[in-house]
Amino acid sequence: MHLLVCGGTGCRASASDSIAEKLKAELAANNLQDEAQVIQTGCFGFCEKGPIVKVLPDNTFYTQVKPEDAPEIVKEHIIKGRKVERLLYVDPAKKQKVEDSKHMGFYRKQMRIALRNCGFINPENIDEYIARDGYQALGKVLTELDPQQTIDIIKKSGLRGRGGGGFPTGIKWEIASKNKADQKYVVCNADEGDPGAFMDRSILEGDPHSVIEAMAICGYCIGASKGLVYIRAEYPLAIQRLRIAINQAREYGLLGNDIMGTGFNFDINLRYGAGAFVCGEETALIHSMEGLRGEPTNKPPFPAERGYMGKPTNVNNVETFANVPPIILKGADWYSSIGTEKSKGTKVFALAGKINNVGLIEVPMGITLREVIFEIGGGIKNGKKFKAVQTGGPSGGCLTEKHLDIPIDFDNLIAAGSMMGSGGMIVMDEDDCMVSVAKFYLDFTVEESCGKCSPCRIGNKRLYELLDRITKGEGTLEDLDRLRNLSHVIKDTALCGLGQTSPNPVLSTLDNFYDEYVAHVVDKKCPAGQCKSLLRYVIDPEACVGCTACARNCPVNAISGERKKPHEINPDICIKCGACYEKCKFDAIRII
Amino acid sequence: MIKVKSLADLKKMRESLQAKVDLREKGEAAENLVQIKVAMATCGIASGAKVVMDYLLEELEKRGINAVVTQTGCMGYCYAEPTIEVKLPDADAIVFGYVDKKKADEIIEKYIKNGELVDGIIPVNYESIDDK
Ligand SMILES: Cc1cc2nc3c(=O)[nH]c(=O)nc-3n(C[C@H](O)[C@H](O)[C@H](O)COP(=O)(O)O)c2cc1C
Ligand code: SF4
Ligand code: SF4
Ligand code: SF4
Ligand code: FES
Ligand code: FES
Repeated sequence: MHLLVCGGTGCRASASDSIAEKLKAELAANNLQDEAQVIQTGCFGFCEKGPIVKVLPDNTFYTQVKPEDAPEIVKEHIIKGRKVERLLYVDPAKKQKVEDSKHMGFYRKQMRIALRNCGFINPENIDEYIARDGYQALGKVLTELDPQQTIDIIKKSGLRGRGGGGFPTGIKWEIASKNKADQKYVVCNADEGDPGAFMDRSILEGDPHSVIEAMAICGYCIGASKGLVYIRAEYPLAIQRLRIAINQAREYGLLGNDIMGTGFNFDINLRYGAGAFVCGEETALIHSMEGLRGEPTNKPPFPAERGYMGKPTNVNNVETFANVPPIILKGADWYSSIGTEKSKGTKVFALAGKINNVGLIEVPMGITLREVIFEIGGGIKNGKKFKAVQTGGPSGGCLTEKHLDIPIDFDNLIAAGSMMGSGGMIVMDEDDCMVSVAKFYLDFTVEESCGKCSPCRIGNKRLYELLDRITKGEGTLEDLDRLRNLSHVIKDTALCGLGQTSPNPVLSTLDNFYDEYVAHVVDKKCPAGQCKSLLRYVIDPEACVGCTACARNCPVNAISGERKKPHEINPDICIKCGACYEKCKFDAIRII
Repeated sequence: MIKVKSLADLKKMRESLQAKVDLREKGEAAENLVQIKVAMATCGIASGAKVVMDYLLEELEKRGINAVVTQTGCMGYCYAEPTIEVKLPDADAIVFGYVDKKKADEIIEKYIKNGELVDGIIPVNYESIDDK
């Protein structure tokens, strides 16, 4: 027998270490250490009901276990084989105790569709993909369905683009299919410019064939025989796996001429991007592939009318494509049964920041931020307080406590002042300064703006300067109004999506954390203690023992004082490096 | 040589490949065949998955354990990299996190040789489409 004790950070915070110790001691006392072993595990994704203890082989799932419960678990469950009823998980819907974790519907909040093969198959072996129904969807559409029927399945499934905009994929394919031309193109957007996101990379590294298969299906639907993957050169492993996969598919006759004897021709080539954020925008991406400058142009014409080389082109994101084969095989009704009314299926998120379980998750649309952050994500690091979560990267916004219970989907996130974006989710705690967060994203956009239109090129620079002034304590209340007005002007007048969304981090932090901005400009204080210019280091004369450690480590000799007497910092010399704060063993240095 | 000439070909191929995997899983092809998957996405490799994979290949061979070690993509547990999945004959697959050489050694000696679990198990926390 095995007793699995959750050693995830959430449960550890609530004494799972001492539970494990107690269980071990109890087993030893009963001379059972050889029959049953205590094993520490990672997070079960159930942190809110932690600490968790799971017993194998019977899969009993105990929740909210306390160290005091250890003797009872050993005496009842291990020795007498009777489950400890009061610790069993209660199914909240049925109000019943669940004896076996295999019957816990609520346990698994995650559902993997786009990531179905990631971490499961060897991405460099096409046989493993085929064994998992690979290329069956392509075979099915080529032999059983005509292009319009296939498009209808995608339309009915409710799949929306995962690249950020959320445009209905079936409708996009239909438009491209209706535009007549001698040559059309299918493009996969693998530029992934959002600094907090890496799901597209993971899909290409873990399951490249799913994207290849879906591109071929798309080619059949819109009448294209050529596919292009635009991928950033900074993703060498993804490029390598994709190349291997394309070659294997060609070798098997799953790419090339007369695929599966149906007369359908399709092949894929790679195009490399230099890693500019704006090149993820579809018109800029197409220009970049054409060898022109990666600058966006006005839409219309949309790529579906005039795209790559002036021909009708369908651009989709990596994750969007990865959803296509299961939809074809399992049906539109299956897919549309998952998610919310207007956002179907699942979304992959990259959890990062001050969260315990940093990682890649795939959840059904409609799950709440609370479930994602506190259950799957295991809560905030070091037991700190949740402050905000940034979604949508440089185009998105910060959501707060009051948004934790809204169901996540495309429309709800926009209504809350953020957006889905590509699925980056950066969690912030009480130590994060929201003005600095906005400044961080503006710094990114200023760097990444292509410079073609003035609202974005000049406006974002001004926004950045205003934010910089505020973090230095030089801002005024009027600056806050200026920030807001300028943000709206940029949003309304910028040419492409980059400029139209870049003020979002500013607006959403102004909306949700106005007091924090006011503290910076009026009180000249940074409540989170992040803005260096607004901090002051002082020595508490009561606590200082005069050990001189601080003075010896100050790089600018700002600290004076006699041995064994309270020291003092000269604020005019201090450069706020924090060295003294680190060195003082007596907690005598205060940051105010 | 084109291998898949029709959908029927592809279906036949899937059957035989699945059977192969099944055989492997049931351990009929080779008694006690152990299957190990190492998560080798960018983040896994960055945190040392390659070293672990090489170590496993070498040590399993040295210790005379009949095992298949393959690479796979991101399992999603980036916080616990490097991660590996071990599937013993007649048992559910188990994922271990934070695997370095020392942990790998412990996994071989305790889990693979004796079926004794070791610390560092990562519970599977998602549902795959095959479960539905
Ligand atoms: C500044 C900017 C950056 C973008 N970056 C990406 C990107 O990295 N990956 C992506 O798939 N879409 C990106 N998009 C969205 C694309 O323009 C396009 O809408 C998307 O690739 C369409 O695919 P989908 O319908 O499958 O989402 C970006 C858009 C803008 C305005
Ligand atoms: S909004 Fe910015 S990135 Fe877009 S075209 Fe204008 S300058 Fe270039
Ligand atoms: S913060 Fe740095 S510069 Fe200021 S007193 Fe301390 S050690 Fe000196
Ligand atoms: S290190 Fe701390 S205790 Fe020592 S002199 Fe500086 S402030 Fe005082
Ligand atoms: S369930 Fe234990 S830390 Fe998440
Ligand atoms: S990329 Fe390794 S677990 Fe995520």
